Amino acid sequence: MPALGFFAPRFAAETAPTIFIALAALTIVFGIGVVVVGRRRSAKVKDGGFATQVGAPTAAPAEKPAEQPAEKPSVRERLVKARLSLSGAIATALTRSSITDSTWDELEESLLRADLGVATTTRVLQPLRKLVASKTVTEPGELMTALKNEMRGQLGRVSRELRFDDSLQAPNIWLVVGVNGSGKTTTIGKLGAQQRKLGRSVLMAAGDTFRAAAGDQLQTWAQRSGAEFVRGAQGGDPSSVIFDGIARATARKIDLVLADTAGRLQNNNNLMDELSKVRRVADKGEGEVTEVLLVIDATTGQNGLNQAKQFSEATQVTGVVLTKLDGSSKGGIVFAIETELGIPIKLVGLGETIDDLVEFDADEFVDALFV
Amino acid sequence: MFENLSDRLGGVLRGLRNRGRLTAADVEEVLAEVRTALLEADVNVSVVRDVIDEIRQNSVGATASNALNPGQQVIKIVNDQLVAMLGGETLKITYAGQPPTVVLMAGLQGSGKTTSAAKLAGWFKSQGRQPLLVGADLQRPAAVEQLRVLGAQLNVPVFSQPGDPVATAKLGLAEAKRIGRDVLIVDTAGRLAIDAEMMHQVKEISRAIQPKFTFLVVDAMTGQDAVTVAQAFDSTLSIDGVIMSKLDGDARGGAALSVKHVLGKPIAFASTGEKLDAFEQFHPDRMASRILGMGDMLTLIEQAEKVFEKEKAEAAAAKMLEGEFTLEDFLEQLQQLKKMGSLQGVIGMMPGVPKEMKNAEIPDDQLKRTEAIIFSMTPQERAKPELINGSRRVRISKGSGTTVADVNRLVKQFGEMKKMIKQMGNKGGRGGKGSKVGGINDDLAAALGSRLGPR
Repeated sequence: MPALGFFAPRFAAETAPTIFIALAALTIVFGIGVVVVGRRRSAKVKDGGFATQVGAPTAAPAEKPAEQPAEKPSVRERLVKARLSLSGAIATALTRSSITDSTWDELEESLLRADLGVATTTRVLQPLRKLVASKTVTEPGELMTALKNEMRGQLGRVSRELRFDDSLQAPNIWLVVGVNGSGKTTTIGKLGAQQRKLGRSVLMAAGDTFRAAAGDQLQTWAQRSGAEFVRGAQGGDPSSVIFDGIARATARKIDLVLADTAGRLQNNNNLMDELSKVRRVADKGEGEVTEVLLVIDATTGQNGLNQAKQFSEATQVTGVVLTKLDGSSKGGIVFAIETELGIPIKLVGLGETIDDLVEFDADEFVDALFV
Repeated sequence: MFENLSDRLGGVLRGLRNRGRLTAADVEEVLAEVRTALLEADVNVSVVRDVIDEIRQNSVGATASNALNPGQQVIKIVNDQLVAMLGGETLKITYAGQPPTVVLMAGLQGSGKTTSAAKLAGWFKSQGRQPLLVGADLQRPAAVEQLRVLGAQLNVPVFSQPGDPVATAKLGLAEAKRIGRDVLIVDTAGRLAIDAEMMHQVKEISRAIQPKFTFLVVDAMTGQDAVTVAQAFDSTLSIDGVIMSKLDGDARGGAALSVKHVLGKPIAFASTGEKLDAFEQFHPDRMASRILGMGDMLTLIEQAEKVFEKEKAEAAAAKMLEGEFTLEDFLEQLQQLKKMGSLQGVIGMMPGVPKEMKNAEIPDDQLKRTEAIIFSMTPQERAKPELINGSRRVRISKGSGTTVADVNRLVKQFGEMKKMIKQMGNKGGRGGKGSKVGGINDDLAAALGSRLGPR
């Protein structure tokens, strides 16, 4: 490590080999660190059997079906509520008669609270400061409208349609990726049911071979929506499950393969390599990967940007699905993802029922950010 | 992705160097940067305000110590403040006089309740207890099945019954008494804090089983809303402690600070990996440096742990300190380093590395060139680089497809590195500190220290 500090000032003048020596020194210091810490990760936890000791024989039939009456609030309903109860900071801002420093602070705070992040918030407010400086905008109410317009403008430039190529002689493949717990399997379940309603034949491939019972979860969804279903062994190779799924879909002339993958944290190199392989394998077989959907939980904070970057690098993400927007979270990080990385937000999850997965609407989303 | 605090403060602090005391104006400038760092770490806006106020009070007039430059001093003040806010009272796990000790798990969908429930069962088992897991998440398809599989891996029994979650939880309690398990962990369905019906249901479960501990599971990636969610669950269930999940990710984890600050309840456990034993008691110091973006050191060390072969690293380290490090060893180290991913990534994670170096484009094939140069040397040359004379240089450069200048540079810098590391070894022996490198050394020491301490 000290070697690095020593060499660093000269780095600009000299080139690459400097860094390698520095890094080698670093690795050695780490070597010492590793030895000192002396905590080597033990071997993999062995894959347990499926036997259980106590309790009811099967769980699956017992589950409460998700098809409940659609009473959950829609985006529109939320907006009605929005007009009655603007978030604290915005409400205060709007009561002022003129635009002051406090107004800016309040706008900034409401954007930060919606998880837009510091950089994106600054980028959104910048053009407005010009409008106010030139007296084009003079009242808080106008400023609010201008802010929403600015945000809609920044969002509005991409196609949000799910890509399905009718002319293909082989299946369309939609790959679904994301971190643990973001809602991938549920999204596939709902998406599959919707696509079935559109008259397309669907096969769901349970590429999550890691999480216990993820396959069972997807199978339940497949049964509900009348989709074909392919799974592999627990702990097996996800690429081969997806390859099998594509092969079966091709043989049976199925229109669409929805490929589930295990949740993974984007800084886990091995698992991200595994995911790149899934993508390569999906590209190789019959059919064509027409969508790679990154599922992001609306509660996610600034880490969402890292997620989008890393997953895109591994699988060339084509769209974002924002889930769990029916909670109190605003999901503003997807605004940053779309405007900074250019990955369009395509779908929004608003509840548990199949119809609660809806197309992303920029106007509604921007309005809802300030609820 | 985001700058760590020391990088962020770099520009501001350059103006402060060589001054004995931090003035109020200095502090304000610095605090603006701290604020941004905290917001980028997802600390809640209101909590950031409180933190900044506290730090302001503690910083003005703080006298610079001899050991620390103003930059380090500010970082220390901020870091100490965060540690104090994250830590404080810890949760002491005690057991009910009349078993079983009942634990209730609650949280949003996808926060990691089921996995945390299983990991917690494993933790109790390691404490010599006999837990029973109850699957009361009857909502998500196959959630109970997931718990059963995890239970089987841990060799912990799992109880569940279709139908009503409240009844299931009650029956689970009866079952624990019947088969004589002394800890009962009840997993519940994920629910939105604003879903009145579901919040009522979990309250009913709580009433039915009277938990000794109620844990809220919070995803380390959670943004601003963590506070709202935590307050809602706390007002319904009266939370005893928080479990932070997915801390093996690269999120800064500001949610931990937010939740701790608004609930005033301890963060009891941290879930740090996919394996069932990746579950430990929470370390406020580690979390503080992570929130400030200084925690990447830990990630780096963990990655190194995964790829480095212990014996080789040990041997190389010993050789190096004795000044007997050869190009052969260097090559081996390089090859291990390659396994850690892209060089850019590794450098990016190191605190205290100058920005020019972080932003420098380092094509990974440069690594191959360095390797090629060493591959083109004879074993004797690798052991004793001083053997390399003019004609050998030409041969090596031809063999590796590089230029003589490249070979020269490598040999020269290798020599310098060796000398310096040997010096450092001597200094280390006398308990001295590498003064040239300022914070870097200290950061490493701190990072290692925080890992060593609690174990």
